[in-house]
Amino acid sequence: MVENIKYANKYNFAFIDEATKKEIRRKLLKAVAIPGYQVPYSSPEMPIARGWGTGGLHVTLAVIGRKDIFKIIDQGSDASVNACNLREFVHQMTNVQTTYDTAEATLIQTRHRITEEELTEDQIFVYQVPQPEPLRSVERYENRTRQMHGEADYAKMWVSLYESFVRDGDIMLGAGYPVKVNKRYIMAPSPIPKWDVPNLNQSKALHLFGAGREKRLYAVPPYTTVEPLEFEDIKFHTENFAGTECYKTGYKKAFLDELYFDDGSKHFIINDSNFLDKLEGKASPKQHENKYINQLES
Amino acid sequence: MGYVAVKGGTDAIHNSQQLVEFYRLKDATTPLDIKQIRSQMRMAVDKVMGEGGVYAPEYAAIALKQAEGEVFEAAFILRAFRATLQRKYYSETINTREMFVKRKISASFREIPGGQILGPTRDYTQRILDTTKAFEDQEAIQKFLTEFTKGIKTDNLAEITTFAKVIDLLKNEGLLKPIDPSEDRILKDITREAIKFPAPRSARLQMLARAETGGLMALGYASMRGFGSVHPTVGELRYGTVQVKVKDATGRSRYIGKIEVTEAETISTGKRVKKKVPPYYTIGYGLCFGQNDTKVICMGILDTAMRTPDVNSPANDQEFVLYHTEGIESMGFVNHLKLPHYVTFQSGLKNTRAAIERSAEKPTEQVQSPQLQTV
Repeated sequence: MVENIKYANKYNFAFIDEATKKEIRRKLLKAVAIPGYQVPYSSPEMPIARGWGTGGLHVTLAVIGRKDIFKIIDQGSDASVNACNLREFVHQMTNVQTTYDTAEATLIQTRHRITEEELTEDQIFVYQVPQPEPLRSVERYENRTRQMHGEADYAKMWVSLYESFVRDGDIMLGAGYPVKVNKRYIMAPSPIPKWDVPNLNQSKALHLFGAGREKRLYAVPPYTTVEPLEFEDIKFHTENFAGTECYKTGYKKAFLDELYFDDGSKHFIINDSNFLDKLEGKASPKQHENKYINQLES
Repeated sequence: MGYVAVKGGTDAIHNSQQLVEFYRLKDATTPLDIKQIRSQMRMAVDKVMGEGGVYAPEYAAIALKQAEGEVFEAAFILRAFRATLQRKYYSETINTREMFVKRKISASFREIPGGQILGPTRDYTQRILDTTKAFEDQEAIQKFLTEFTKGIKTDNLAEITTFAKVIDLLKNEGLLKPIDPSEDRILKDITREAIKFPAPRSARLQMLARAETGGLMALGYASMRGFGSVHPTVGELRYGTVQVKVKDATGRSRYIGKIEVTEAETISTGKRVKKKVPPYYTIGYGLCFGQNDTKVICMGILDTAMRTPDVNSPANDQEFVLYHTEGIESMGFVNHLKLPHYVTFQSGLKNTRAAIERSAEKPTEQVQSPQLQTV
């Protein structure tokens, strides 16, 4: 247990005290039992700022075990600053093995990407969620959005998608495209690009979502139906990278970042750093398959 | 390693931390003593304890030192530390009627039981920069202390006593609305579960007690200025020491120590529903750690405002007030905008470009105005 010796704190394994970890795990079980439903939880303060991944950390620290192999990415990269910072914190508090290799990891925490490499049944995928409420854009009050979810009253959401189409000729939602989970709850998949959204559907892995500041947990269990919201005649589509390719590998079927070089020229590169490393190392990682990616030319 | 926009994460973080430490110490001045901070930066310590949500003056002083005096940051450090502590007991309700009073004032009555006691307050100081503070030394401090103690008539000390409360006067006169049995008496611990709306008053007051003073002040002030309708009278404001007790396993009440708190009861006129129903006063309540008048008064205003929902004034809106006065959460989220967002942005960029393509009118080229060309 936590020992508090003045000026010399010994922290519990995974930082959070056991009683709170148990509470978070109970809430996660509830979340798994009701896919897409937002479960309120205690959300204790972390030594990391709110909005910087506390919800993801709560989930990670509540479920991590000594034998886990932990990977953490931020906007697709293992080496960006926030990922490094959180990785170091988790490692300091648990001493578990960390990795950049998607296939090797048993527990993956992410900020705003699903890995290009397909996840397996042995993996848990944890999301840092800034705004868990998909209806917030159409209803500012929490007590009303909870009621709307309870009654599956999603009319306002559909109307806003329709208005978007009328105004702009397309549903102008980008990252964090709302989805319907298990034919029941509308859920915010966290700000992953539309490219990643189809990979939640019938995924082999368990997906856990933590929203620290808003104090909500939710989940998509393995092999659950997840559908992006769309009309019969106005369909969801992923980001279109047609005519571009990764300048390092020539690969076309991955989410690409735009780079501007010092000479002003624009290039594209695979966003998922580990996937890029593997392609460059002539490995052939097994990529997620979905109907959108399957239509693309290699 | 793939392409990383934010290069050298780990090294950069490490170097940046070194720099923070360097900036704190670069002038090689005398190290700040924790005792000094505790005693001479009392108000900052109080604020940090209040917003950090843990009563620990010494740790608050350490946090202030660590954060170079940045109160938000220090409160955040303390809040994170507090989250690692085991919750062993809930204290019994503290009784502010038994407060060892250091200051108590009422604006609603000229005379109150035991009189008006200003105590330590800056309310009536002239805010003139005292440059002699630059030359303060031990000698000057000793001199002041000797003079000050000389002024205390030790042979004529008043008995230590407690004072009746102003709201009791109102209550005895029947000016307060009796507590409605329908009024919620639910006790929620906001550190153990997420707040739900409409939130019980206990949760609202806890949130306000940990909220950031400036945020409470902005909303409380707005309500007084016309973006709302709460302009109360301070029935009583008291600051002093109260005893904290817990029940042990055998059910015996045990004294575990004293804490300093400031408490305010603000009086407003209640809304009359019908002419036949007599008018009454309502009490807004505020309590926080240490000495912080502004905070408890604004808590009182917002407590009252939130009991009558009104979408046209932010202060009357529970969700607006409670979510947005939480300083530590606000600070974290506002600053997260510094994290890279290129994936998220790309996703929107694709939409915007496609929409530009679809729109009949292409964006017009920016032509420099003639005035600019002559510059």
